[in-house]
Amino acid sequence: MSLSKKEMEVLVDPLIFNNPISIQALGVCSALAVTVQLKQAIVMSLSVTVVLVFSSFFLSMMANTGKGIPNKIRMIVELCVIASLVILVDQVLKAFQYDLYKQLSVFVGLIITNCIIMGRAEAFALGNTPKASILDGIGNGGGYAIVLCTVAGFREVLGSGKLLGFKVVPEALYNVGYENCGLMVLAPGAFVLIGLFIWAQNTLFPAKTK
Amino acid sequence: MSTELISLAVSSIFVNNILLANFLGMCSFLAVSKKVETAMGLGIAVVFVLSIICPVNWLIYTYLLAPGALGRFSPSLAHIDLSFLKFISFIAVIAAMIQIIEMFMDKFMPALYAALGIFLPLIAVNCAILGAALFMIERDYTLIESVVFGTSSGIGWWLAIIAMAAIRQKLMYSNVPKGLRGLGITFIITGLMAIGFMGFAGISL
Repeated sequence: MSLSKKEMEVLVDPLIFNNPISIQALGVCSALAVTVQLKQAIVMSLSVTVVLVFSSFFLSMMANTGKGIPNKIRMIVELCVIASLVILVDQVLKAFQYDLYKQLSVFVGLIITNCIIMGRAEAFALGNTPKASILDGIGNGGGYAIVLCTVAGFREVLGSGKLLGFKVVPEALYNVGYENCGLMVLAPGAFVLIGLFIWAQNTLFPAKTK
Repeated sequence: MSTELISLAVSSIFVNNILLANFLGMCSFLAVSKKVETAMGLGIAVVFVLSIICPVNWLIYTYLLAPGALGRFSPSLAHIDLSFLKFISFIAVIAAMIQIIEMFMDKFMPALYAALGIFLPLIAVNCAILGAALFMIERDYTLIESVVFGTSSGIGWWLAIIAMAAIRQKLMYSNVPKGLRGLGITFIITGLMAIGFMGFAGISL
């Protein structure tokens, strides 16, 4: 499958330049809540990406066949498609990753109200072909994953000295008086780190239009 | 009994603030916290909607969806567990309730309706609403507790967005580093506010 230039752009653009979290300010809630450990962040990114890709695909197909989705019930249709996909993801996680499912608790369900999914459906999927919508879904899911995993990585290393459950901060460092930063595990750490992430991003990759 | 309820209210307003400790409702928090007046409008709408939606969803979950709940109607249905349907039914209830509240207010409280206007439909996709409903199920609250939890979570959210809007209005006069302007500084302020609210931890009645 070869991609045209425009399709490549749709796929790559949301990774950094038009990142859903740090530029579009969508889907922030879950990004903050599940980033205490890297493992949770990876599972959450995967779940969101799966839901995003399939919801974009189905909604784009619905919008492009026959008369499309009537404008008045558009929101309800979108929510139904998204909620059904989230139920699937929820059940799969419950069946195969029960411990993780318990840790993520309500945040799997909250993928329904994750504005990335609704936002991309409204802004992209309804007006584009199914193929482009899948690419858009993968791109935005990827952008979400980049922010999530970066923040989670920092929080886990600084907050508990581990990465994916393995110790990475050497014992010798603790012996000379290094301590884990308890703030990183708590809520404020997430806010501050995302703020710094956005700062770094704005400085390194200034937005194209502004 | 009543002390437990007060304690629940205090904890959900301050200690476990739905926005600052549980990160729910961030999107509209970031979008609508530029001016105190609009923040006020949205905050009141959230309190209002949450206090209605939590008990309604509680009733639906307990009497229709919870494992074995259908056994009330016929013993042969007692083994059915519909709890996996909670997401889709909650979101449908929330959207429908907001529609009803909107129509009701349009008819009977035109002044309030005009004030909240555009914010009511926005609330349907505010994750604080669905989040509070899901927390309520996960923590096994009773009906009265769910009313208290819903209302006080809403108040907590309201408090946070008002404080944020006030800070951001003041912030317009400060010289923020260029890359940090806008979203970045907002997050860091939210972080500082969250630290402030952590000071309430340990309060119990």
